[in-house]
Amino acid sequence: MNTITNNPIKTTCPFCGVGCNLELHVKDNFIYKVTAPFDSVVNKGNLCVKGRFGYDFIYNKRRVLNPLIRKVDQKPVARSQSFNLDEWREVTWDEALDYSAKRMVEIYKRDGSDALAVYCCAKATNEDNYLLQKMFRALFRTNNVDHCTRLCHAGSVVALQKAIGSAAMSNTASEIMDTDVFIVTGSNTTETHPIISIQMKAAIEKRGAKLIVVDPRRIEMVNFATLWLAERPGSDVAVFSGMAHVILSENLYNKKFVDDRTENFEIFRKSMEKFTPEYVENISGVDREKIIQAARLYANADRAAIYWALGISQSTHGTDNAHSLINLALLTGHVGRHGTGLNPLRGQNNVQGASDAGAMPWHYPGYLEVDDEHSALIFEKAWNIEPGGLNRNKGLTTTEILSNAHPGGVRSLYIMGENPMMTEPNLNKAHRHMQELEFVVCQDLFINESGAYADVFLPATTFAEKDGTFTNTDRRVQRVRKAIKPLGNSRPDWEIICDLAKRIEKLLGRPNSSHWDYQNPEEIMDEFGSVVPSYRGINYKRIEKTGLQTPVDDENHPGTPFLYADSFPLGKAKFYPLDYKTIDEQADSQFPLILNTGRVLEHWHGGTLTRNSWIDDLFPQALVEINPFDAEKYKINHLDVVKVNSRRGEIVLRADVTAKTIPGVVFIPFHFAEAAANFLTNDALDPEALIPEFKACAVKIEKVSEDHLPNNLLYQTRGRY
Amino acid sequence: MSEKVKLSINNKEIECDKDLTILYAAKSVGVNIPTICFHDNCTANALCRICVVEVKGARTLIPSCVAKVSDGMEIETHNQRVNLSRKTILEMMLSTTDLSQSPEILEMADEYGANHDRFSDAERRSPQLIDDNSMFVRDYDKCILCWRCVQVCAEDAQYAFAINFKGRGYHTQISTFYEKPLPETSCVFCGQCIGVCPTEALKPKRQWLLELGYESEQIMQMTRNERNKKTKRPQTTQES
Repeated sequence: MNTITNNPIKTTCPFCGVGCNLELHVKDNFIYKVTAPFDSVVNKGNLCVKGRFGYDFIYNKRRVLNPLIRKVDQKPVARSQSFNLDEWREVTWDEALDYSAKRMVEIYKRDGSDALAVYCCAKATNEDNYLLQKMFRALFRTNNVDHCTRLCHAGSVVALQKAIGSAAMSNTASEIMDTDVFIVTGSNTTETHPIISIQMKAAIEKRGAKLIVVDPRRIEMVNFATLWLAERPGSDVAVFSGMAHVILSENLYNKKFVDDRTENFEIFRKSMEKFTPEYVENISGVDREKIIQAARLYANADRAAIYWALGISQSTHGTDNAHSLINLALLTGHVGRHGTGLNPLRGQNNVQGASDAGAMPWHYPGYLEVDDEHSALIFEKAWNIEPGGLNRNKGLTTTEILSNAHPGGVRSLYIMGENPMMTEPNLNKAHRHMQELEFVVCQDLFINESGAYADVFLPATTFAEKDGTFTNTDRRVQRVRKAIKPLGNSRPDWEIICDLAKRIEKLLGRPNSSHWDYQNPEEIMDEFGSVVPSYRGINYKRIEKTGLQTPVDDENHPGTPFLYADSFPLGKAKFYPLDYKTIDEQADSQFPLILNTGRVLEHWHGGTLTRNSWIDDLFPQALVEINPFDAEKYKINHLDVVKVNSRRGEIVLRADVTAKTIPGVVFIPFHFAEAAANFLTNDALDPEALIPEFKACAVKIEKVSEDHLPNNLLYQTRGRY
Repeated sequence: MSEKVKLSINNKEIECDKDLTILYAAKSVGVNIPTICFHDNCTANALCRICVVEVKGARTLIPSCVAKVSDGMEIETHNQRVNLSRKTILEMMLSTTDLSQSPEILEMADEYGANHDRFSDAERRSPQLIDDNSMFVRDYDKCILCWRCVQVCAEDAQYAFAINFKGRGYHTQISTFYEKPLPETSCVFCGQCIGVCPTEALKPKRQWLLELGYESEQIMQMTRNERNKKTKRPQTTQES
């Protein structure tokens, strides 16, 4: 046996928002091992299964390595999916890009800028996203630019923007080691942010921190918790307002902080009067004593923090849910100090960066509003566009782009790296919208459920084949480095975008080039920094070894580990009065159970990466978690095959009878195309954030025979929690 | 400021923080004490004894990775008694374990003049390689029982508690509970254990296959069944 030794290449993990530092060990362009540097400030030598083993999708035989055009022309309404390479023609990059440019420009000239839309990508680099939104804004003059943040933390973002003026995680994840009490809600941290969860466990076990979990699932962190508030889905506002009620009535709030740094206190106080522990117990099912204990624990702590994820935001009142958390932090002054904070854990490796880069329909890079004249002028100057040239109207969001796919609406969709045909709610409807489109380009690694609808498929490179930066959940901008040569004819996203933009520019005959001749991603970051003040001090040399946390105001600025020490971006933070609202679709006699959806440790979102990795061996099929109480009621045994129906669709999968989920609620992970949970989910939206209610809809469940199972694999026993 | 103490290391007077271990105190003045089981990110456990030093007045040699300094201590890190002890430990390791992929330990063996055949009649520990999942293999033939993998699986990092010692004395080995295949244990496949393994006893599967001579193309063409072999149980287990 030969031992292989070499110098590994340092880079950043492409999976979750933690942003773990990786070392890729390469032999003959083959990455055979990943390690983590022990001196990394982010992950301190630790990784999870995805970071350690999940990179082999790079070499999967199904990866597309040549540009493709569909053999049969696709017509609106009749658009179909083709997963089979025989239905595609391998073409040169020139042909693929010329054809894409021609079709998009034709549509633009015929129907105007509103007919074009783009999904940017929270997995791609800051540089890629900056360029893609620039291409659509500067050339097609449309703000129909969004990415999966809409399906993810939109509720949190809107609430934080309104209450504080900035949506990022306020503190650094590793500060958890100095926290006394922390709340985890709507986050299955051990599976979705594994490296943050091991810091949480250490804070509890080694430093004596107290944990309050508020979640309808008995997630692994409950094993480490002082209190578990097992609320009914959708009752978050009630639970957290109940805590606020106790804090107010027992006079535990931080009067000085409230007086000095907040507004709207009286109207908020009044709205909390009705949330007595008794009232909240009735709504949420949480024992009133636990609400009182949680309130005292959080309010009396020296340093307390709140960590949350999509259980809070993916709701028809996701904005209110987030407000209920912000209210608590403002009431107790647990924000603006080390070890405290309002910490929405961002899901994707670069969802923070893609948002900073302006991959959103209402904002330019740096969160300047598109309908603000002054902001538009800044970008017209930066991008060499005639005054008045940029579109001043807010664009469509992710879900709106699809629901507007009809004549007179969106005709062309450009998708970079996203898989809406897995991640949109109510997939049957989403498929029908997708079929309505006139022209679709997908830039990805694999022909996934969305790429299968495309007219043109542009094979991009993976994170290991390109340079760039990702911005992690605690705002740390870190380098992504090219470790191997791009496989086949795949090209880095930024190169594809520049090459395409030049062709579009030519066809449009726009005299003023907005500049697409970048030599490398470093030049793109320099331009990015020149238009986004919080990135001004970032350049590749400064982040060579350790990433910097934004805002980085100038090239001597050391970065910002925690925000709001002295003031909030709005000046004073705002309390928001709240009222309790129910979930959109309640359980009833026909659909008696509530479906909750989410992720598992081994898989990543739409599955494009991990279902094409050996990791799939560890968790190869979808399971529906059902409480033993409900299992008995519906005569379902562990690992029986069951059909789950909602008003919108049905899927067949195995049942996992477990007390991880509370009675009345079933849980299905959404990664599995053959049993995609989003066929069932409800596309009702939060009125402000326009985020769908992925976390709760009404379903029924019944046992069916084994032969209904779409993929007849033996169940892989898993012993982990 | 924490309290300072004065002591001597190799006849050189030094002053250092009283909470330091001898190992770190020596390091702070540029004296390098060799270590094997010790790792900066793991709780020091004094298992391998390669870091022992002689402390004047102490009956036995003292493991420097766990022993704290104290005022007036006189420490020798590389005298004849210490070096002989290190040499013997290395010779015992060489006689029982496959260290072919542990260049740092082999280098140490050279440095201390360890005879690879000192215990030529010793019985080698050669348990069968365990290949029970498609993430990584466990080749305990190479394991020196440093315990780091167990520690990071427990409180030093992951809180998964999937592995621990089994057996006694010579038959001691790292194992899962009831020798269950890893996927059936509380293992979350974080691979922290691989990150701290000093001898390549724990190895990512694709690296292992590459070293066995497979081409990367062949590796990536393996089917789910080929890469996800069922458990090969360790030799010591009786088939029931």
